[in-house]
Amino acid sequence: MSKQINVALIGNPNTGKTSVFNALTGLNQKVGNYPGITVEKKEGICKLPRGVKAHILDLPGTYSLNTTSLDESVVVELLLNKNDKDFPDIAIVVSDVENLKRNLLLFTQIQDLKVPTMLVINMADRMIKKGITLDTQALEAKLNTKIALVSTRKGSGIDRIKELIADYKNLPITSNIDTVQIAPDYFERLKKVFPKEDIYKLWLVITQDVNFMPIVKKTINDDTDFALKTKSELKKMQHRETVLRYKFINDSLKETLTIDTNAAKGLRASLDKILTHKVFGYLIFFCILLLIFQAIYDWSSYPMDFIDEFFASASEWVKNTLPPGALTNLLAEGILAGIGGIVIFIPQIAFLFFFIAILEESGYMSRVVFLMDRLMRPFGLSGKSVVPLISGTACAIPAVMATRNIDNWKERLITILVVPFTTCSARLPVYLIIIALVIPEGSFLGLSYQALTLMSLYLLGFGVAIISAMILNKILKIRSGSFFVMEMPNYKLPLPKNVIYTVWEKTKSFVLGAGKIILAISIVLWFLGSNGISDDYKNAETIVENRIKSEGLPEINQLTIQTQLEDYKKELQFGITRGLYKINPQALNDSIEIHKEYLYKKAIEQEISSFELEHSYIGYMGKAIEPIVKPLGYDWKIGIAVITSFAAREVFVGTLATIYSVGSDQEETIKNRMAAEINQDNNKPLFNLASGISLLLFYAFAMQCMSTLAIVKRETNTWKWPMAQLVFMSIFAYIVALIAYQTLK
Amino acid sequence: MVTTVANLKRGQKGIIKDFDVEALPIKLLEMGCLPGNEVEILHIAPFKDPIYINVNGSHIAIRKSVAAQIELIVEDSIVQ
Repeated sequence: MSKQINVALIGNPNTGKTSVFNALTGLNQKVGNYPGITVEKKEGICKLPRGVKAHILDLPGTYSLNTTSLDESVVVELLLNKNDKDFPDIAIVVSDVENLKRNLLLFTQIQDLKVPTMLVINMADRMIKKGITLDTQALEAKLNTKIALVSTRKGSGIDRIKELIADYKNLPITSNIDTVQIAPDYFERLKKVFPKEDIYKLWLVITQDVNFMPIVKKTINDDTDFALKTKSELKKMQHRETVLRYKFINDSLKETLTIDTNAAKGLRASLDKILTHKVFGYLIFFCILLLIFQAIYDWSSYPMDFIDEFFASASEWVKNTLPPGALTNLLAEGILAGIGGIVIFIPQIAFLFFFIAILEESGYMSRVVFLMDRLMRPFGLSGKSVVPLISGTACAIPAVMATRNIDNWKERLITILVVPFTTCSARLPVYLIIIALVIPEGSFLGLSYQALTLMSLYLLGFGVAIISAMILNKILKIRSGSFFVMEMPNYKLPLPKNVIYTVWEKTKSFVLGAGKIILAISIVLWFLGSNGISDDYKNAETIVENRIKSEGLPEINQLTIQTQLEDYKKELQFGITRGLYKINPQALNDSIEIHKEYLYKKAIEQEISSFELEHSYIGYMGKAIEPIVKPLGYDWKIGIAVITSFAAREVFVGTLATIYSVGSDQEETIKNRMAAEINQDNNKPLFNLASGISLLLFYAFAMQCMSTLAIVKRETNTWKWPMAQLVFMSIFAYIVALIAYQTLK
Repeated sequence: MVTTVANLKRGQKGIIKDFDVEALPIKLLEMGCLPGNEVEILHIAPFKDPIYINVNGSHIAIRKSVAAQIELIVEDSIVQ
């Protein structure tokens, strides 16, 4: 195997670095994490002429080597560490032709590290429109490098990059700036003590918070001659470095780059005028939100229903095809149901990231942040928290992932912590069924009580999120070093390829990351629900069959069968009167008899599975927690549903369906069954206004979503924060539900 | 006339005179916010914060508190 050429792609954000990466690697890329931190690591393989391959590493975007975030530290650490397996044979600095001056700052820094460096000037297609002319050859000479003028939009210049990569050995390794000038005195002394080390590398080790060359760092820190007296002294040196570099850059560009400023105005100015307008700006943003909301909430329901049905029938098929046994059950009810529970979120995640990718690629997102920043700040949030909070109304998982754009750690953490309070779509089935049960049908000012209740729940969720943010802002003592400085990129038409890659990547990382945990817990729940030790559990079938023989089916089940049978008769009658088919009266009666038997058989099966659940491990758990949930107005059956809901809220309805042995998820049937449930203590309906409101509030506040916990763990890289969410939200939910039930009952 | 970026109105320009290096993030300097460079106010968000500027060809948004740290020389002819 011939050696691969290691390439590192480096560049400012918004320069189209990712487009260059996509163009070089195509689908040969993989996304992972740097060990121990949540910074995304993107790498891929690029085929060069003559069978040579290059390994391309897409480093996080950074404006310079003075790092302010983990992402940026990754860049510096790699460039300092010659022993890293990814240490580049060649560094490619990607710049954007419109911001060349600023982009070159990073370029000169990297050159000073003595890494062979080439320059890619992207977005060449915009030069004419912007009145830019560039003498590439003269600039190559000035900067001591090789330049590829590229347009990823038009696909031009990519071959030139590949040629230059293949030819990396001929790239000059000379730095252009005499770094000693940053602080001549200090650097001269450094040189004397560490004659073998490269002076600019030393400088980075001293100034940056990187775990590299610890011995050198220690020597410097211990030596009072070298230790920098104050932070301001350091900052002044960095200031001088920046001035020095800009001086060189301005000199290099003076004769090689001309910009006709008259041509440059235009689209940006007029779009900014509308999009950041104090009325239209908010209005347009609101409309875009509605569109996103609609997509996540409504459009994605079609693929979701399809996925739901697909997994239900797949599990049915497995049960009917494979020989019965524990393994088949595990596959059908544990693993398949678990995978279904992951896959069902894909449409919402894909839709959300589709829109976010478009908003970001187009440059619009920065304008939203600009508009919202001042409004969000009193709550300890930033303008960049808006998108996660809003996407939280669909699903907290993509919302937590979307906080990555917030560069201030404290603001990001607060956003992650409060997002689960917003009303996600998984709460909706629970809300709908409880509201239908306990809220009367009347109306107020033409608005139905039920709709008003639902709306209040949404507002409540958002309100609590905001208030918690405010409290967290007060109590969290996190020194967050980053200031709010945000580039306002130029508007561009999003490249479909980039949008698709983003959607693909985010979805994949959700399925593989959170998916594993969801699957594991689903299997555990399945096991607890379908196994038991007691004799009652083992003999469930005989016990229930004997009971039914002596007592008959419970009244409520008989009534249900009666109505279902009536419906069936009507359906048959309807077919006959419409002339769809002809049946003689005898056959009609037979058919009704057969259906009746079938319904009875099903009812008995449901009684058995209900009895089994009651005596399974999870049933005992429900009984065990009954004393805890009783003050909230719940019995052990609701207790079980609450426990299983800690996996995912929407499991509530399904669990109740199993417990009440309704056997179908049809809302009406479950609702009727729930309405008939009697509280053993006072012989009143179990689901009344008090217990209903208590349940609604519990579901509004409790952290019942293991997927969210998993993703928070992934994003914060510790179990501390998800555990804090779980404990505090659940206690809060319990207290609120308790107060509600005790005052209303 | 000497003022700060936070005091300018939309469309006004000024030359950066000086600032307290410590009060400003390094990132801002790297974006080209250095003494001698021209600053133009492109937009000001509702509630007067943040401020969207063009400095040295970089289009950036900064919060008012930071903008107040950047001293400017404004040519009187530009101020209306």
